[in-house]
Amino acid sequence: MKKIVVCVKQVPEVTDVQVDPTTGTLLREGVQSILNPFCEYALDHAARIKQADADIEVIAICMGPPQAEDALRRCLELGADRAILLTDRKFAGADTWATAYTLAEVIRQLIPDFTLILAGKQAIDGDTAQVGPEIAEILGLPQITYGTNVNLTADGRRVQVKREAEHGIEVLDAALPALVTITKGETQRRAPSLDAVIDAHRKNIEIITAGDLSLDEEKLGLKGSYTQVVKVFPPPTKKDSRVLKDLEPAEAAREIFSFLKENHFLENNRSGAK
Amino acid sequence: RKQIDAEELRKYKGVFVWAELENGKPRKVVLELLGKGRELADQLGQELSAVIIAAETNFDPADLGNYGADRVILCQHKFLDTYSTEGYTQALSAVIASEMPSVVLYGATPHGRDLAPRVAARLRLGLTADCTRLSIDDDGQLVQTRPAFGGNIMASIITPHTRPQTATVRPNVFPALEPDPSRLAEVVEFPLTMSRAAIRTRLVQSENLDADDQVGIADARIIVSGGRGMGKAANLEMLKTLADQLGGTTAGSRIIVEQGWIPHTHQVGQSGTTVGPQLYIAAGISGAVQHLVGMSASKTVIAINKDPEAPILNVADLGIVGDALEIIPILNQMIEDDRNKNS
Ligand SMILES: Cc1cc2nc3c(=O)[nH]c(=O)nc-3n(C[C@H](O)[C@H](O)[C@@H](O)COP(=O)(O)OP(=O)(O)OC[C@H]3O[C@@H](n4cnc5c(N)ncnc54)[C@H](O)[C@@H]3O)c2cc1C
Ligand SMILES: Cc1cc2nc3c(=O)[nH]c(=O)nc-3n(C[C@H](O)[C@H](O)[C@H](O)COP(=O)(O)OP(=O)(O)OC[C@H]3O[C@@H](n4cnc5c(N)ncnc54)[C@H](O)[C@@H]3O)c2cc1C
Repeated sequence: MKKIVVCVKQVPEVTDVQVDPTTGTLLREGVQSILNPFCEYALDHAARIKQADADIEVIAICMGPPQAEDALRRCLELGADRAILLTDRKFAGADTWATAYTLAEVIRQLIPDFTLILAGKQAIDGDTAQVGPEIAEILGLPQITYGTNVNLTADGRRVQVKREAEHGIEVLDAALPALVTITKGETQRRAPSLDAVIDAHRKNIEIITAGDLSLDEEKLGLKGSYTQVVKVFPPPTKKDSRVLKDLEPAEAAREIFSFLKENHFLENNRSGAK
Repeated sequence: RKQIDAEELRKYKGVFVWAELENGKPRKVVLELLGKGRELADQLGQELSAVIIAAETNFDPADLGNYGADRVILCQHKFLDTYSTEGYTQALSAVIASEMPSVVLYGATPHGRDLAPRVAARLRLGLTADCTRLSIDDDGQLVQTRPAFGGNIMASIITPHTRPQTATVRPNVFPALEPDPSRLAEVVEFPLTMSRAAIRTRLVQSENLDADDQVGIADARIIVSGGRGMGKAANLEMLKTLADQLGGTTAGSRIIVEQGWIPHTHQVGQSGTTVGPQLYIAAGISGAVQHLVGMSASKTVIAINKDPEAPILNVADLGIVGDALEIIPILNQMIEDDRNKNS
């Protein structure tokens, strides 16, 4: 059986997260937690590959607090066969390196015969896009980032990935096992069927703590992290804006024209452009 | 965690910039990083080096001295002709391990964000993503400040236990130095042995989606950007006309990329490209955080939106509450008339 491991993170619905300007702490009260959208796209790709090939098992892995079970439940609804939650105080406060080390070790010890690892391009809270490539390096795998479509070749030895490159689209091909990070592409978030939801609630979420594995405790969580967040603060407030209302279109155009002129944006305009 | 004591930490000296090339020449963000790197190196009293990884270059590496570099480390090999994660990781890791710098900076470009975490994990280093501010504190440590949570918060991060301290840095945030043609960098070659087999990915196909007559949005000086409020793809033509008249590039929100009105290479925002033009014109864009985080480095912003409550108006130097579809054609005519009058 081929095994596709999908690393998934639970994140706060970020648009609601703010910093208390006096204490400098994150205001997370009442903020909903969701499965990171990019992880959801990754899971969708795994589920799609599985649909075409019955010989595939999809395993979702999440490191997080006990309530991260919700994110894994959603993975089961979307088509994961197994869900593993790594939860332990010792994992708390991990930076990207400590996170990648923990996830890589768990995969190495629990699913050593994996075929493919999928991760989201980035988590919408930490926003670093580093965990995927760091896992790939620790496990010595080839990596392809910014994937929008993933297919295993018929001989099952390589993965072909359509990806978003800076100036267009590329197709890259890598020897398996490999790690691919997934961005939005054409994937739409979908609602699972009622049957899938019922099935998912019958499945068990496997809980793993630090003691269940052989891990170097010096490399876990805050203690294992190389970076330290020393301060969080609200983004600088924006300059005063001049907002004009109730203008006729011609007046509005005149205002913009004058603004462009005063700020010298009409001097280098491309003469002879169409 | 690997941890080195204070005395050991002090052995790491110098500020390094990964000089990413495009078509054999350094990208704009490299010049920006050299400007910032110069300032950091001066504060530390150390050297600034640019590291070039390539098969060939189309310019004189010594010219990076014009932008502040003291030294250029040239790491050339025929297998480094196109970017590959594994080839470039091997090259840069070898340079860093042998030269022992105190700071390494990368542009937070697609390649920079692919390469930096790979090198960090190989050498067991901390890495801060997408920095928008860098400074040296009283202990000589690099303080790295970055937006997180989709731009809703800022965080300052240090890397106390390991060297080098490594960071990716957003393009268009720091200014490049005014080039000084009399200043040349010393060029040193860094020999490398590599095997083709070490690169396990292959490029099967690639397609360029950028319009021929426009520069990529990451480097554009003027951007005219549209959102769902433009109504339909055909209406983007008026933005193209405006961009052409101003010598700029067109772009848009994720919604219009999903609609297929523009290619993803022109998407501004958290899951698109971070831009920092002199002028950003937003037409029919609401200004969701994920969009704002991608354009907040713009020097000047003009926004046109029907809805007086649209958040984009709060970040605009000039905000117009009105119908873009009516206003822009008139504006285009005014600019054209003005040009005809002056020519
Ligand atoms: C404000 C702030 C700033 C930070 N800045 C940095 C920084 O610059 N450098 C740094 O090293 N750390 C940083 N951290 C810590 C870091 O965000 C996380 O704690 C780390 O665990 C995950 O990084 P990420 O959220 O950026 O994930 P990303 O690297 O963006 O996530 C990419 C993918 O990796 C997988 N993944 C990530 N986390 C998990 C998980 N817990 N379980 C399963 N899969 C996962 C998912 O597939 C995800 O889609 C910061 C934390 C905060 C609060
Ligand atoms: C993980 C994640 C990542 C994301 N990444 C990105 C990203 O990289 N980039 C991005 O842009 N978005 C991103 N988004 C989506 C983002 O949240 C918004 O949905 C999106 O930016 C909205 O696009 P819009 O402003 O074009 O459309 P809308 O929000 O629908 O806004 C349309 C606006 O047009 C105005 N309007 C309508 N008609 C007219 C008219 N005739 N003249 C003038 N104004 C008019 C309306 O008042 C409205 O304000 C992301 C979302 C998530 C969850």
